[in-house]
Amino acid sequence: MSHPPLTARFLSAGDTALVVELGDTIDRAISDRVLALGSAVEAAALQGVVELVPTFRSLMIHYDPLRLDRETLERSIRPLLDRLGAVAGHGRLWRLPCCYGGEHGPDLDEVADRTDHTPAEVIAIHSASTYHIYALGFLPGYPYMGDVPEALSLPRRESPRMRVPMGSVCIALRMAGIYSLDSPGGWHLLGRTPVRLFDVRRKAAVLLSPGDQVQFEPVTAETYAQLEMQAADGRLAIAPAELAR
Amino acid sequence: MTGVLRVVQPGLVTTVQDLGRTGYQRLGIPVSGALDPIALRAANIVVGNPETTAGLEMAVLGPTLEVEASSVRLALAGQGTELVVERSKGDALRVPALQSVRLSRGDRVRVSVSGGSAAAYLAVEAGFDLRHFLDSLSTYVRGGFGGLDGRALQAGDALPLVRDGADARQEVRLPGLDLGPATQVRVVLGPQDDYFTAGAIATFLAGTYTVTRDADRMGLRLEGPGLAHAKGYNIVSDGIAPGSIQVPGTCQPIVLLADRQTTGGYPKIATVISADLAAVGRLVPGLGVRFEAVSVEAAQAARRALEADMKALAGRLSPVAPEGPDLDRLYDSNLVGGVVSALAHPTEWVWLDDP
Repeated sequence: MSHPPLTARFLSAGDTALVVELGDTIDRAISDRVLALGSAVEAAALQGVVELVPTFRSLMIHYDPLRLDRETLERSIRPLLDRLGAVAGHGRLWRLPCCYGGEHGPDLDEVADRTDHTPAEVIAIHSASTYHIYALGFLPGYPYMGDVPEALSLPRRESPRMRVPMGSVCIALRMAGIYSLDSPGGWHLLGRTPVRLFDVRRKAAVLLSPGDQVQFEPVTAETYAQLEMQAADGRLAIAPAELAR
Repeated sequence: MTGVLRVVQPGLVTTVQDLGRTGYQRLGIPVSGALDPIALRAANIVVGNPETTAGLEMAVLGPTLEVEASSVRLALAGQGTELVVERSKGDALRVPALQSVRLSRGDRVRVSVSGGSAAAYLAVEAGFDLRHFLDSLSTYVRGGFGGLDGRALQAGDALPLVRDGADARQEVRLPGLDLGPATQVRVVLGPQDDYFTAGAIATFLAGTYTVTRDADRMGLRLEGPGLAHAKGYNIVSDGIAPGSIQVPGTCQPIVLLADRQTTGGYPKIATVISADLAAVGRLVPGLGVRFEAVSVEAAQAARRALEADMKALAGRLSPVAPEGPDLDRLYDSNLVGGVVSALAHPTEWVWLDDP
């Protein structure tokens, strides 16, 4: 089934990238159209298109300005928008162990406090949800996921941390994420997973894909420590379940 | 036997870089590559390499390398830089930037960097024999991949050479290439210029912005007249282009460079045009820039003009006489001084963004 015609905004990001913005909210319907547009642009194999970066609500098209100009690119994209197909493929379901609170989730108590819950309730709400991966970005293998239940929605931290440890499980607004490397960051840290989302020792360094789903399984600090040792040695393998889309 | 360049002193932050790792941003993998691609391309032209060949990028304090190969041809590029060579035979010479030199086994070369530019490049004829990661040799230190073991060089490292020897031939130099840092920077407004007040756009284009000490391969935090947001400073995260200028809650702009994150959640007031990006990559703390808005069409015309200039470079190579004035054989070790760091903590991380 094809989608109804869309209103799209074409925004220049300098002379080497064009943003096709299909919305400004987090919404599965918008996300599906972004991914469908990505497939359509790829299939069109336009000369001079370098790479595509889909996000929640827009597609960034990186192009070579020596081979393709912005006007030609926009003219080539417009007709594709009127006949977007369904998103192909099917995702996988990942159950990731997560040690909540304490040193692994330093913002758990504050999130509980600010959302009028006990820490145990926050853990229960967060680990009862299934998160859809909208896109990867920011860091290698970092999943932009949603939707966090409204009951836990908080804006980003006012003062971002200089260094967030790899594996930190985090939320901001209705978005959920997992820091795939040690990184600066301003989201709220609820816990930590030992699973390496990015590992250059693996054949496929990036673990997760857009369209996959993620659930978190609470584990104790002891279990976390054991799993972490296995992960550090490259011995922690997590097998996902296949999902029909 | 494979020849190597042995790292005697690693310099402050010396990494292997080529022109970047494109095609994997949808996995969150940054492009990386040379901060100043024009300088890397020029160094490659001087040693006769394809322009895309990986070289060494050096920040502030250059490395000292020893030749453990029958011979190797090198060229340096970067403002205020030169090679200081100690021959195994005992004599010494200085080789200016953008001039090739052939060194033999046991020769030591020190890269002298003045701090006038944030990055200088050393190209070796035929390049380094390193394993590509996702089609590129560019080092992304934060992710621990690319280049030599995904990190900056350390003392004792061996950089394997593709070719163990360099043929004796006429050495060349490339005169008249300006590799100075930017002063006036052309930008295309947007993609989120509608997140700023009209006053903020005018302020951005009128003011002078100074590079702070929070400057690294990911980006430059600038300081200048504040830029007021019209509808807050959180957007639903979207893509980031080379040279994106994002403005977080501090109301101060950040220019995103080679190791930039692929996506981010702050509004971008403007984007540096591709023709001016290399000169922005040369900026060091304390320097000031002004921004000028141009159309995408003008930006693309500027890029075509730049590429025409680059194409013409090979034709401007001129021979260097073996005993000519360019080879200063009157080496005085007292003149070889230390280098003052212009970066406060280039090896530490600087907070530039969150997802």
